[in-house]
Amino acid sequence: MALPDQPLEAPDELIEEEVKILDPIIRVENLYLYYGSVMALQDVSMLVPRNQVTAFIGPSGCGKSTLLRCFNRMNDLVENVRVDGVIELDGENVNVPTLDVIRLRRRIGMVFQKYNPFPKSIYENVIYGLRIAGVTNKAQLDETVERSLRGAALWEEAKDRLRESALQLSGGQMQRLCIARAIAVNPDVILMDEPCSALDPIATGRVEDLIHELKQNYTVLIVTHNMQQASRVSDYTAFMYLGELIEFGETANIFRSPAKKQTQDYITGRFG
Amino acid sequence: MAQHFLREIEALKQKLLGLSAMVEERIAKAIDSVVKHDAVLALEVVEGDNEVDQMEVDVEEDCLKLLALYQPVAVDLRFVVAVLKINNDLERMADKAVNIARRAEYLAQHPRQTLPSNLSAMAREVELMVRRSLDALVQDDTIVARQVCADDRAVDRLNREIHREIQEQIRANPEDVERLVHTLSVARHLERIGDLATNVAEDVIYTVEGEIVRHRTKAYA
Repeated sequence: MALPDQPLEAPDELIEEEVKILDPIIRVENLYLYYGSVMALQDVSMLVPRNQVTAFIGPSGCGKSTLLRCFNRMNDLVENVRVDGVIELDGENVNVPTLDVIRLRRRIGMVFQKYNPFPKSIYENVIYGLRIAGVTNKAQLDETVERSLRGAALWEEAKDRLRESALQLSGGQMQRLCIARAIAVNPDVILMDEPCSALDPIATGRVEDLIHELKQNYTVLIVTHNMQQASRVSDYTAFMYLGELIEFGETANIFRSPAKKQTQDYITGRFG
Repeated sequence: MAQHFLREIEALKQKLLGLSAMVEERIAKAIDSVVKHDAVLALEVVEGDNEVDQMEVDVEEDCLKLLALYQPVAVDLRFVVAVLKINNDLERMADKAVNIARRAEYLAQHPRQTLPSNLSAMAREVELMVRRSLDALVQDDTIVARQVCADDRAVDRLNREIHREIQEQIRANPEDVERLVHTLSVARHLERIGDLATNVAEDVIYTVEGEIVRHRTKAYA
């Protein structure tokens, strides 16, 4: 073994290296969110890397879903919510009252915990966003359906039954249909709130594979309670606790050597 | 699951400590058998090695079970990985003890001669390194672990001195070369045990701090 030629001393403290995000798509700065008088998010600042998967983990009520819903202004639908701070999508502050929320949600799609296809055909589900945007060109709609279903790894299973009701699909297929519906409008970002928690392990595996594929074209933000899922699918992980962003870093580092004790206690199950 | 897992981790730690106590004892006996010219003691060390081998396999199986069943992360993952490596290092230390005991068997069959002046000091230093590296493991003590890494330099220096001394003796008494080469071999194996104790100490630092300190030429910091 190589011999040290200097006296050996323990480092005074472990220096926490800040993660470098060279090409962020979203920038959050000093974000606070209040439900009435309750502070649900406290001084959250972070950069979300483009074309990467970022996972948000933390115990129930830590604010991870609330934060996710800030990105596409879903919290507007909740009464008594106040959001202070900056959320920029490609340099544009989306947390301003004058923002066109419909346009924002076209750029930031969302997939929910419980798959929620409309009671319509598979085809109509996929092009729903285009229909309400007024697109009627059949060739364009057909092309979108195929591209989106392929993108959601559902094309092979669904191509011969596009006119059948979406409600006849299996749970895993319905969730992939929801992903197809989200990517049909060509968003930049896809938010996923517990997308696999209602799926069995095989369907979960397919959706996780899909998340890997999606990052080639989209930025994916995923909230999950399943830490192994976070470690499997994400490139970056954000750990939240009591409304604060405790630690954010490369997933491999967070799960190998987290810098903060709270992160370590949570991911190793020593919490509380 | 957390409590259950923590109990499994504790059980693994206890098992590793059992192995380390056994290895420490083997090293001490091997050294004794050289110093005391004791072939019986030496044979005991040689024949007892199966026991160490079996325990090494046990510990490794437990590590694999923990990895497969619990998929540990962060400090738990680092701990299990460190145990896998330390387990291997301990088994090799025991092998070195056997090698030393074999030299002792040879030496005991020949007239007793004075051992190199520094050999006892080196043996003491190596035993201390091994004990401290295991203390560091038990107590997650990186300061002691770093001390072990530093102590390895003293052992290397003693080894070089013994090497020189034996070279001179070979030149002076070429007819005694075989016995002297066996004695040299004892020092060489002791030096390797010191290196393995350093490995253990480095793995303790890795487990506690998440920093790989191997192959660093500057300070272990």
